[in-house]
Amino acid sequence: MLQLSNVSFRYMKKPILQDVSFSIPVGKIIGLVGENGSGKSTLLKVLSGLLRPSNGEVLLNGTPVTRRSADQIAYLPDTDLFFDFYTGEQLFQHYASQFEDFSYDKACIVAEFLNVDKNMKLGQLSKGNRGRMKMAATLGREVPFYLMDEPFSGLDPIVREQLIKGLIQFTDIENQTILLSTHELYEVEPILDQIILLQNGSIIAHEEVETIRDVTNKDAVQWMKTYYKKG
Amino acid sequence: MTIDFSRDKPIYSQLVDRICGDILKGKLELGDRLPSVREYAVETGVNVNTVQRVYKELEAMNITETKRGQGTFITTNEERIVLLREDMKNQLAENFLTSIEALGFSKEEMLVVLTKNRGVK
Repeated sequence: MLQLSNVSFRYMKKPILQDVSFSIPVGKIIGLVGENGSGKSTLLKVLSGLLRPSNGEVLLNGTPVTRRSADQIAYLPDTDLFFDFYTGEQLFQHYASQFEDFSYDKACIVAEFLNVDKNMKLGQLSKGNRGRMKMAATLGREVPFYLMDEPFSGLDPIVREQLIKGLIQFTDIENQTILLSTHELYEVEPILDQIILLQNGSIIAHEEVETIRDVTNKDAVQWMKTYYKKG
Repeated sequence: MTIDFSRDKPIYSQLVDRICGDILKGKLELGDRLPSVREYAVETGVNVNTVQRVYKELEAMNITETKRGQGTFITTNEERIVLLREDMKNQLAENFLTSIEALGFSKEEMLVVLTKNRGVK
């Protein structure tokens, strides 16, 4: 279980996260939503141990998260941090050299499922294909937690649908958990168990998707909007 | 094929309706094997946990049976399907009546329209 208690994060005295507490059980797909600048990326970085909280603590199965926790957490960044001159193949080999849990074979299967050629250089791939390659490399890792920062952003609907199906196909929901931030809530909702809504660095709602539909008779997008009307 | 879900109903119950509809339409026949949970999840673009719930509901409704190690099958009990047909018919009629009442139409005037539009072959 991944757990945050009273986590705050300040950047140059500016508060980005304020007193955030929640826990992520194993076996769920959770969507992290909120406006630009609401703190989603920072929250994912804190959870994955890339940033250290200014206050509070992040615990992974009871022990504090550090950069070393990367052996149990796969993090998919929203930016392209890979060398353009790498081919997909070299990217997978690089992952294999960094992560013991990385399965080269699985990454290749995911790449094939997503229809992307691993022999192309990353710099020569379209944005959609780089998104696919990033997903293949991330899902190539066998870890309990996947944290994904905007895996669908800027991609066309066909690529988004494929990535969503890839997520379902290649994760084992009994033993793995995915937390992903997204603005494409309408499309992503069908794969989510829970939604966390972030506003100005605080969690203003954390709910089961089924409960939202059952109790409020709204889909996730309409539900989210009611919070913004309240202001 | 990913499905567009309507807004106001839980996704699992929309999938239950969908499978029941496929049975009534004859797209699924008595004794047919349903895809595995993961296969159906990928096909419809839905969370695996949701599909698990769908299969559980169908089984509780006695519309499917799970055979150990073999998978989930549509029931071979014809009476159950006849009953399902009746249920769906009543449900449709109920929805229709609710919406015409909301707009203040009488059953009689709607019946005239119904017979006129589709009644004559």
